[in-house]
Amino acid sequence: MVETLTEETARPASPRHEGLEPAPGPRQRPITVIEPTHGWRALDVAELWRYRELIYFLAWRDVKVRYKQTALGVAWALLQPLLAMAIFTVFFGGLARMPSDGLPYALFAYTGLLPWTYFANATTNASGSLVANSNLISKVYFPRLVIPLAGVAGGLVDLAIGFGMLVVLLVLFGVAPSANVVFLPLLVGLAVLSALSVGIWLSALDVQYRDVRYAIPFLIQVWLFATPVVYPASLVPEAYRPLYGLNPMAGVVEGFRWALLGHTAGPGPLLGVAVAVVLVLLVSGLFYFRRMERGFADVI
Amino acid sequence: MSDVAVRVKGLGKRYYLGPSQGRAAYKSLRESLVDAVQAPLRRLRNGSRQTDAVQELWALRDVSFELRHGEVLGIIGRNGAGKSTLLKILARITEPTTGRAEVHGRVGSLLEVGTGFHPELTGRENIYLNGTILGMSKDDIGRKFDEIVAFAELEAFLDTPVKRYSSGMYMRLAFSVAAHLDPEILVVDEVLAVGDTKFQQKCLKKMSGVASEGRTILFVSHNMSAVSALCGRAVLLAHGKIADFGGADEVIRSYLVDLGDGLPDVVLSRRLDRTGSGEVQFCRFTIEDDAGRRAEVLQSGKPASFILHARSTTGTPIDNVSLYLAVGSIRDVPLFLQSNLFTGEPVTISPDATVVACHIPRLPLAEGTYRVHLGAKIGTTVVDHLTDVAQFQVAEGDYYGSGHQGGPGFPILVDARWQTMPVAAAQPGNSN
Repeated sequence: MVETLTEETARPASPRHEGLEPAPGPRQRPITVIEPTHGWRALDVAELWRYRELIYFLAWRDVKVRYKQTALGVAWALLQPLLAMAIFTVFFGGLARMPSDGLPYALFAYTGLLPWTYFANATTNASGSLVANSNLISKVYFPRLVIPLAGVAGGLVDLAIGFGMLVVLLVLFGVAPSANVVFLPLLVGLAVLSALSVGIWLSALDVQYRDVRYAIPFLIQVWLFATPVVYPASLVPEAYRPLYGLNPMAGVVEGFRWALLGHTAGPGPLLGVAVAVVLVLLVSGLFYFRRMERGFADVI
Repeated sequence: MSDVAVRVKGLGKRYYLGPSQGRAAYKSLRESLVDAVQAPLRRLRNGSRQTDAVQELWALRDVSFELRHGEVLGIIGRNGAGKSTLLKILARITEPTTGRAEVHGRVGSLLEVGTGFHPELTGRENIYLNGTILGMSKDDIGRKFDEIVAFAELEAFLDTPVKRYSSGMYMRLAFSVAAHLDPEILVVDEVLAVGDTKFQQKCLKKMSGVASEGRTILFVSHNMSAVSALCGRAVLLAHGKIADFGGADEVIRSYLVDLGDGLPDVVLSRRLDRTGSGEVQFCRFTIEDDAGRRAEVLQSGKPASFILHARSTTGTPIDNVSLYLAVGSIRDVPLFLQSNLFTGEPVTISPDATVVACHIPRLPLAEGTYRVHLGAKIGTTVVDHLTDVAQFQVAEGDYYGSGHQGGPGFPILVDARWQTMPVAAAQPGNSN
């Protein structure tokens, strides 16, 4: 392959005379200093931004691979919330006569399931992501946060597909979305941050303690019942609402229903608590992650 | 301002080998909780902070060196000497415990080929994925895409999932992506140890192409011929410390001397890259020196035994097998071929390994490193053929009995006598 070699050599990439002219203008060499670091470290946003393509490709890989060699393919992205909706509608809506704030129970359940399914999948993915990608961590350098970020981002495709189905359901049930729908992107953002903050904490813990992977399915299940997916938040006694709001997904799910269906008063206080909780979780998680990060390659 | 590419000062890395690390690489939450509760109690009882059975291991200790831009540094040493730890620190995968390293320029690391390859994705998709993981931008990959595919010779299989690739195809694709990385400083671990010989040669060529472009390379390898061919300088690590640093060939020599006896005892039964019809298979190969010890270093002019273990795979003994031993230079120039066919000594290979020795009474090789290839034939049919079975080192000896080493630059030593002819026979004008 001499041809390739000469092409390679002849590529006019860099003028190679740096030894003679100190610090030439166009291609100054970055200097990396490698030293032991101690204690807490701040988040390096600029570096993460430089690695945005890696986040994109890792998320893209997860999406591509998720439904490979399945007969139904991407249809699973629709079937998961739809089947859950059907089951909930039969058991909770039909048999248990669960109140649904005056909405058709199926639609009520689906609007809750949409952000919930995203959150549950994204959190599970992100939490196990570091260990799942341990081969990358022990072989290549990149900011480790890229991995849980990609884990959370990968779920957005399914969420988008779920939204398509929602439009169909709205038409079927003859419900027009309220004007509050403009707040929906913010709510999606809050759902992403919720999954991210939990994912960052759990993924870093998972590196050290593999207990995390056994705890997650259970955690998600309990979390589902602590979230107004199958029942309306109005069912929770007023006195317990502040406590209830500590679950950020309560605010997100109620917010989704309010933005899409506009049935009740806004989830104002719930959302306020949700934002505060997510911020605390996220910031503390980032610090914990950054602290543990330097040992990942040795421990994983 | 100098053109220093890498400056390493006092670099050290400590690992703890505790009881929990011995059993598994990670702790369970319960263990940590129990530890947290027990630690103060234990401290009270023992009156010291010492926790039992936690050993520290310095994988790297006080390593310092400098490398200029355009230099290719070989990093050699036995397993566990700290080579990979050094690379991992320079590639920023793990942090040093002590010391400091400065790296001037964009670093690319290649500690494994095919990092992040996903079996379910197609060749095309994996090129993008792997390229991004190795630090290329999407545009970079797009620009070099055709070149990468051509280098891997996989044009026809681009849209096939790589799980359907043969291992050779997989390695070719993986290496091809890596070979098109474009960093100023490249950190490479033992990646050439894989793939078939022909592709290995191509990769070596590609790498020396990269080196001649003025790129700086740090290269870990057990393949001394590759180190010698690619690297100007080398560093020898032993027990985490620098044992030798200097010109590649000198450092390789001190490494090989340090290795002493024991090396070419190569198990061959697992080699998959063999050719031939397979009725006979080589399963092991060793070299012994004149004292009958297994040695890495042989001496010019001294006896050497090349010992071949082979077995019949047909379940019955096979008569009249010709065994071939080919010796070449490290650059793979063929030097000599020896066979029991040439000497007329028949060999029968039985189903449970037969051991056949090829004794060379006076090794006719000058100082240097050589490689061995093996072959077996029944009649004219090749039944087994293995290239690059082992390498061995020949040290200075006294082949000629005069103390002269022969050479330099000529590996083969030949018995001869020089004689001045009587005057009458040598007269030029005497012919008519």
